[in-house]
Amino acid sequence: MNHLPYAVAAWLFLAGLWGVITSRNLIHLVICIGVIQSSSYVLLLAIGYRVGRVAPVFVDIPANTQAVDPIVQALMLTDIVVEVTVIAILLGLAVQIHKGHGTLNPDRLSKVSG
Amino acid sequence: MTRGFRRIFFLVSAAALAVSFFLAYSQLEPAGRVHSEYGDMVNALTVPELHITDAVSAVNFNVRGFDTLGEEFILFASVVGVLLLMRRQNEEPAGDHEDRIDGRIVPPVSDAVRVMAMLLVAPTFLFGIYIVTHGQVSPGGGFQGGVILATALLLLYLCAEYNQFRRAVPQRLVEVGEALGAAAYILIGAACAGAGGLFLQNFLPLGKSGSITSGGIVALIDLGVGLEVCGGVALAVLAYLEELVEEKEQ
Repeated sequence: MNHLPYAVAAWLFLAGLWGVITSRNLIHLVICIGVIQSSSYVLLLAIGYRVGRVAPVFVDIPANTQAVDPIVQALMLTDIVVEVTVIAILLGLAVQIHKGHGTLNPDRLSKVSG
Repeated sequence: MTRGFRRIFFLVSAAALAVSFFLAYSQLEPAGRVHSEYGDMVNALTVPELHITDAVSAVNFNVRGFDTLGEEFILFASVVGVLLLMRRQNEEPAGDHEDRIDGRIVPPVSDAVRVMAMLLVAPTFLFGIYIVTHGQVSPGGGFQGGVILATALLLLYLCAEYNQFRRAVPQRLVEVGEALGAAAYILIGAACAGAGGLFLQNFLPLGKSGSITSGGIVALIDLGVGLEVCGGVALAVLAYLEELVEEKEQ
């Protein structure tokens, strides 16, 4: 194993950012933010992974078996919760924007609000 | 800023960002070789001292229990935010709705979807309860199980009419469930302090590792979090569904 997982995380971040920059629809934009956030999952798991070790679940294996880092996996769980909350709020905002301006296209929105 | 200029500007800055990413991570240890004493320490004490076989749950609800309290209230606050955003407003200006096609007929929900949803409600519910109650034994816990329980409620919506769904899942009940779940975390923490320990310091018998009663307060916290997450997600879904029905009526 080399630095490839880190490169994947960086790639996901940049691909999501590209989606945000070029988005023509706010729903699409919110999903792109989700893609950006998923890069942090890959990064956290890559940092926690240990070559040759098992998952940190000590069922049916000796309690002293060498396992991967559980701390970053727990952090990733927090990360997922944060992503869900961010996406829920942003989608709510998108609904309100559509109600108020009749469009979800960010380019047209800048014209509407001046 | 025009679209074309924005893209070129992004590509230049993204290239710079990619280079700095590359420089940053090439300094790191290769993946799979990073050393973390903290993680090894948690792995070493989770079964002998905490009687929790899932180390991730041990981190979330025991070692970092207080942080997870904050995490739960992030979710709570965001559900409140969604409800505030989606509440019915009297004077909503009607836009020209360029995204909507006139005369488009929305197809009714097919029987196949209804039957599949109906068949899946009970197994999904059971699976959610299993995941919530076995967080200290195997991967899972309140957050994951709570979302699965909320999925069961959403399946109920798919297999019934909206009005029936609202009657089966009263908003008041979901609200009370969410609030109780959120309060349970703090109450359990306070009970720990009341029993002579610190806030969220386990005071219950630890039980036998690998059994459903192991882990002391972790199992109780999982139940509370499961209720809170299920209620929170269901409330957010209800708020969005209300919006949908409102639009159909127009």
